[in-house]
Amino acid sequence: MKRAIFERTSVFRKRFASAALFAMLFATLFSLGGCATTGTASGDDPLEPLNRAMYEIHQPLENYVARPIVDVYVTLVPEIGRDIVSNFFGNIEDLFSGISGLLQGKFDKAGHDFGRVIINTGFGLGGLIDFASDAGIPRGGEDLGLLLAHWGVGPRPYLFIPLLGPTTVRDGAGMAVHVYASPVDLALGSKNVALRNTLWGVGTVNLMATGVHASDLLGDIGLDRYTFIRGAYLQRRAYLSGDTKFGRIELDEDYDDGYSTPPSETSQDTKDATP
Amino acid sequence: MNKRFFLAAAMSLMAVLMTSSLAVSAQTVEAPDAQIKRVAEEVLAIVRSDAKVQAGDPARVREVLDEKLLPHFDFRRMVMLAMGRNWRQATPEQQKELVEQFQTLLVRTYSGALAQFRDDTINVRPLRAAPDAKDVTVYSEVIRSGAAPVSVNYSLVLSSDGKWRCYDVIVGGVSLVTNYRDDFNQQIRIGGVEGLLKTLTAKNKGATP
Repeated sequence: MKRAIFERTSVFRKRFASAALFAMLFATLFSLGGCATTGTASGDDPLEPLNRAMYEIHQPLENYVARPIVDVYVTLVPEIGRDIVSNFFGNIEDLFSGISGLLQGKFDKAGHDFGRVIINTGFGLGGLIDFASDAGIPRGGEDLGLLLAHWGVGPRPYLFIPLLGPTTVRDGAGMAVHVYASPVDLALGSKNVALRNTLWGVGTVNLMATGVHASDLLGDIGLDRYTFIRGAYLQRRAYLSGDTKFGRIELDEDYDDGYSTPPSETSQDTKDATP
Repeated sequence: MNKRFFLAAAMSLMAVLMTSSLAVSAQTVEAPDAQIKRVAEEVLAIVRSDAKVQAGDPARVREVLDEKLLPHFDFRRMVMLAMGRNWRQATPEQQKELVEQFQTLLVRTYSGALAQFRDDTINVRPLRAAPDAKDVTVYSEVIRSGAAPVSVNYSLVLSSDGKWRCYDVIVGGVSLVTNYRDDFNQQIRIGGVEGLLKTLTAKNKGATP
């Protein structure tokens, strides 16, 4: 028994290490020469034609596949059930967050994450109940993509993957490791294929629900939705990786805002209106 | 006795002076963080109590936005920042039209969502900025039950009439104006300033561009 556990952890370690190495190589390869963030998102999207084609495939998939599935899921499974599902997968994400935080030297965050995993796995029925949040222990919210960012891997090139949505080669590589080294897979392996596949299925639906929700949040305020999603994703990831300069807009304080005199038909902005 | 009396008199005089000077400064320039807090709370109070707003009555929502929210935004500066150097290529008429259409787009989008903020609370953090700053960021958190708090930051500029006006909203690290910058420039690349104006107008008319 003890031996089995040892073997399993060593398998985990080997798989994790090789996957992480692969991810790093992959991500650095693609981001060569693109480390400097310019803030102009189009520069971060050299694969735009391909990505736009993927986006065209994604849109009907989101509307006619993901959305109906999520609707059924929301109708059939009560909120408490959906919470349990997202807690279970959240617990696994917390584990990866802890590892990513630790390797970035963010010991406070990593401590919170590992504490969360221990509490929720131990007392919360293997992660089904999120006692740690009730106890006020915040999520670190790190992931392997952010770890790669910390190690200097730039965000480009941007990628759009049907059903998965916006990502980058860097973040996608991190996500691939999350999937490849997932405890669900490692713990069940080929022992209980039915349960493993069920968990993967439920996990995918859970992910879809998050994706559809994010898509709804962004709404319809952009002129070109592809550009808008890309901008929001890249800004969000830059913010999470601590890059405060990305996309920052400098304010021109000398600009005549037209508020100093009562509004009239003749425009106040002769300075800005150079033909 | 005398000493005490003078002390008390001096103190009450000081108190009166202080409160009146506070009142005066509040009248001329309201601090940006106080302004955000006040406006947010006023709007939330209406959303929570007004049945018409809750039912999504477009006319009433529009009225609330016009009266309470819009005067605190500098839409012209938003468009200018989003367009970058292309702003100068636009004629004054185009600029005026762009600002109007942009304002309409935001109002149209957010008026439908106003009622959803009903159960949210906003936690405005005290402003840290130099007293003579003309460009500040007010940090706040929006708390919705059952969800992680979202950081919502407001960039404000001191307008030439002495009022603070918001020119960008940054939700969870995503700046509205920065996002529109890519979006606008994309349209300008395709069809110039006129193309951007056309797309904006078409979108507001509900036509799919």
